[in-house]
Amino acid sequence: MSSIVTTRNAIVAALLLLLALVPLYSAATGDYFMMTLFTRIVILAIAAVSLNLIMGFGGMVSFGHAAYLGIGGYAVGILAKEGINSGFVQWPVALVASGLFALGVGALSLRTRGVYFIMITLAFAQMVYYVAIGLDRYGGDDGLTIYKRSQFIEPFDLSNKTFFYYLCFVLLLLTLYFVWRLVNSRFGMAIQGASSNDRRMRAIGFPTFRYKLTCFVIAGVICGLSGALLANHTDFISPAIMHWTRSGDLIVMAVLGGMGTVFGPVIGAIALLVLEEVLPFLIGAVSQLLTGHEVQGAREYWQLILGPMLLLIVLFARGGIDGLLLRPKRSESRG
Amino acid sequence: MAEALLRIQGLTRRFGGVVASDGVCLDVAPGELHAVIGPNGAGKTTLIGELAGEIAPQAGTIHFDGHDITALPMHRRSLMGLARSFQITSLFPHFTALQNVALAVQAHAGHSFRFWRDARGEAALCEPARAALDRVGLGHCADTRVAGMSHGEQRQLELAMALATAPRMLLLDEPMAGLGPDESSRMVRTLRELKGGMTILLIEHDMEAVFALADRITVLVYGRVIASGDPAAIRANPEVRQAYLGEQGVATHV
Repeated sequence: MSSIVTTRNAIVAALLLLLALVPLYSAATGDYFMMTLFTRIVILAIAAVSLNLIMGFGGMVSFGHAAYLGIGGYAVGILAKEGINSGFVQWPVALVASGLFALGVGALSLRTRGVYFIMITLAFAQMVYYVAIGLDRYGGDDGLTIYKRSQFIEPFDLSNKTFFYYLCFVLLLLTLYFVWRLVNSRFGMAIQGASSNDRRMRAIGFPTFRYKLTCFVIAGVICGLSGALLANHTDFISPAIMHWTRSGDLIVMAVLGGMGTVFGPVIGAIALLVLEEVLPFLIGAVSQLLTGHEVQGAREYWQLILGPMLLLIVLFARGGIDGLLLRPKRSESRG
Repeated sequence: MAEALLRIQGLTRRFGGVVASDGVCLDVAPGELHAVIGPNGAGKTTLIGELAGEIAPQAGTIHFDGHDITALPMHRRSLMGLARSFQITSLFPHFTALQNVALAVQAHAGHSFRFWRDARGEAALCEPARAALDRVGLGHCADTRVAGMSHGEQRQLELAMALATAPRMLLLDEPMAGLGPDESSRMVRTLRELKGGMTILLIEHDMEAVFALADRITVLVYGRVIASGDPAAIRANPEVRQAYLGEQGVATHV
């Protein structure tokens, strides 16, 4: 067991502190764009942490994780449209629906491995995507505006941006703590063992399928929560939320931040979404510097910079950004 | 002879045109160390696969302790007390030696739907794991990652994992494979200590080890049992000498 006070842990603590201070910054400067951006970051970080539970620890590379964002989001949107605004109904429905979907997908896809697993999870997500497009009553392709956010008891008001931010932040902290306990528990050992050597696990007496399936469902439920939050955040839900590129974004967050640790995907979510904002500016500024005026449309090519950055991380920092921080000494307990 | 702990009857498995098990019959009595030998391709590893539940036989039955286990999945057999070590080292490379063995203990300590308590600190898992490591002489590298252990140590660890499940019978698939002379003799010593208290089915190429350890030996050639008996009888059997021992040029050693 290594000491809990390491550079890496100090950076993690600093990041969490910064996240906690975002609303104060917005209140002080009046810059509410920052809070909107970071609310989104915190919500998607929850989704990325849940994906990493199955991908990083369980070795199950799901390419359809955004489906749960959609299911959670649509549960809130559809119920709101039908006049049921209580969060005490909406949220449990969102979680249960996500869990049931995960149970079905997992029961079928976990019988396959590798590329086939990736393709089957993708196929199921695409299926839900097209079902959502077909929901004419709920906006079909155009999506559905949510006029009233989930109602909980007074005085909690999700329309209050600061309150909503802290709600998301606390849920992220709870998710991190829960997943951290989970991966170090007996259940977590069984999952990590199955990820590393499924055949040997069965030979020493583990029925690995049922543990992997349970893990898959837990991850789906957490991501469904993230979807319910996202729908409340944007006051809107559309099929675009579960486009396959959204699933790709979640994978990128986990890989970029680091799949080997519980916290890595949070770093990845911050890095990816901040880069999405910063890189267009950067490219515009560079084009201005080179040509004397900002080249029209240059900002749209920000992914030209993101791509190589990802490539470098994957090639030279297998543990993601968090892996770089952990070097050279890796701690024994993966936190 | 006492009632057999493991009884194999008419076990048959074909892979295309190759008959890997051809009506194999075999009894292993409780407490016995029963060795299975045979030239390469004789179907020894197929036999272990069938016993462990990884390969389904096309005909025949396997009884363990009176129960028909022919159709049981791998993990159920392990839970019944039939432990298996692998010919090609098959461990969890990112875990430490202790964590590897602790996993094996955990598999037999009830279900693992326990989501909260830190498993790495659990004495109920770590203590039996340490005991199993000590038993194979690996107590000193409990906290070494498998990736950093020598081949010989990994073979010992394979055995420790099988032992940690508190099995009633061990299926050992070439535990000596790839070991140097020193490591080999250590493995023989470990197996000799286990012998008597534990029923063992040993598949092994190392003739010296087999004749030093086995109570009974079964010889497989092309999936078929050509002889079965105590070491002296096997050594004297002309068919065995011709099919296997003579051909390998090891008759002089035994």
